[in-house]
Amino acid sequence: MAVQTRPATSGMSKRQRAKIGRGVQYAVLLAVVVVAALLADWGRLQDQLFNLEVARALFPTVLTTALLNTVLYTASGFALGLGLALVLALMRMSSVAPYRWISGAYIEFFRGLPALLVFLSVGIGIPTAFNNVSFNRNVTVMIALGIVGSAYMAETIRAGIKAVPNGQLEAARSLGMSHGRATVTVVIPQAFRIILPPLTNELILLTKDSSLTFVLGATLAQQELTQFGRAAMTTYPGMTPILVVGLCYLVITIPLSVLQQRLERRFGPDGR
Amino acid sequence: MSDVKIEISELRKSFGELEVLSGVDQRIEAGEVVCVIGPSGSGKSTFLRCVNLLEQPTSGRIVVDGVELTDPDADIDAARTRIGMVFQQFNLFSHLSVLRNLTVAQRKVLGRDRVKAEETARENLRRVGLAAKENATPAQLSGGQQQRVGIARSLSMDPDVMLFDEPTSALDPELVGDVLDVMRGLADEGMTMLVVTHEMQFAREVADRVLFMDGGAIVEQGRPADVIGNPQRERTRHFLARVLNPTHAVSAVESDSDHG
Repeated sequence: MAVQTRPATSGMSKRQRAKIGRGVQYAVLLAVVVVAALLADWGRLQDQLFNLEVARALFPTVLTTALLNTVLYTASGFALGLGLALVLALMRMSSVAPYRWISGAYIEFFRGLPALLVFLSVGIGIPTAFNNVSFNRNVTVMIALGIVGSAYMAETIRAGIKAVPNGQLEAARSLGMSHGRATVTVVIPQAFRIILPPLTNELILLTKDSSLTFVLGATLAQQELTQFGRAAMTTYPGMTPILVVGLCYLVITIPLSVLQQRLERRFGPDGR
Repeated sequence: MSDVKIEISELRKSFGELEVLSGVDQRIEAGEVVCVIGPSGSGKSTFLRCVNLLEQPTSGRIVVDGVELTDPDADIDAARTRIGMVFQQFNLFSHLSVLRNLTVAQRKVLGRDRVKAEETARENLRRVGLAAKENATPAQLSGGQQQRVGIARSLSMDPDVMLFDEPTSALDPELVGDVLDVMRGLADEGMTMLVVTHEMQFAREVADRVLFMDGGAIVEQGRPADVIGNPQRERTRHFLARVLNPTHAVSAVESDSDHG
């Protein structure tokens, strides 16, 4: 064990005090867990939340329909949002002033609105305002999620582009690349490497925002995870469907985090 | 006179109120190696960066290879393919391998096909002694290696003129030699070079002409033996005394400019 290198002076050493402090923290944690475990009604919890029979009844539809729809809605919305965001970011840095204004106004507007309002506007507002315009439901979802994501991602991308050292652009220009060519070939790829973590963040946020598609109404085949879970709760007793659906979200988001870490490691500590 | 590669007249550059270049004239002939020395803030880097218009001059005329770059209608991108530039901070494209650093502009700007671009790239990597590193990423290379890749990248465009902006200033001392060797080789092959540098020994041995800049103007110029060995102007002497004897071991400003 620890060897006293110094003759003990009066009272406790700093290390001893730290040791006792840690011991107290463990004790508090243990006490909380024990009290919670004693107070919980395990029988009811199992019946209401961890009901295996109910859980089994949800499969495989929860995967083949609900999870699949969540992934599809999110992926299409993210793809559209990313494209839009890139255009908006470039517009915001344009030398043409009206482009900067339009992009700035768009970002401020849609960043400030609750996603639910965007869904309602796209899903109900547009068909009402323009009599003959009605999109396929999947397209409506894609547009709504794309708009929600694009406002945030535009700022993320702009930050990434600004974070690329100016020397990279100068080197590209000195080799004869035009400004546009240099931006596409050199600056944007490096910007995306920088913004990989916040972009993953945005993808995860969109995954959860896809639950808002319920305001558009859905057939059984169009239900995504949250709506599926809520519908199942009216069929089965207890809250087990919510737990199952919650785990399904983690099945999507945790691999995304792992993928992000993989990609970051692959691109290496970016040498400047 | 042989043909003039770079002709600069009445070059001025201001950043806001601050005038950094106050009327610089210069003619550089084909195959000439010109080193620019001077204290920091003297405008020597700005001068170099004006030659390929990385800095837009406030006024004046710059002609490279018979093309007036300061003409607003000049095709600056086309002109830059013939003017190589090497940066103090290397500025290698950090997301690309060494080989792709050398091929990307060849392919996208000169329109060379992959085979031809890679052939040219490998030839230039051999030239700077880094043939084995084509698959490395810039982050895996030492500063000296990165700078040699930077030189090879410029050479892959087959430039007529090379500009060097303090190419060894960001390097650890033991890595400077390799880079200077590559530059010496280029000079021997007859490349027209304009080099901003603090390497007095290199300027002495390799330069055909040395320009001493101070306060945004060329104060003194001539053969290196004259400008560095026997400076005529007080400001040049003062600068050289500080550069060549930075610790003030011997009292400054004599003909002590012969360094150890």
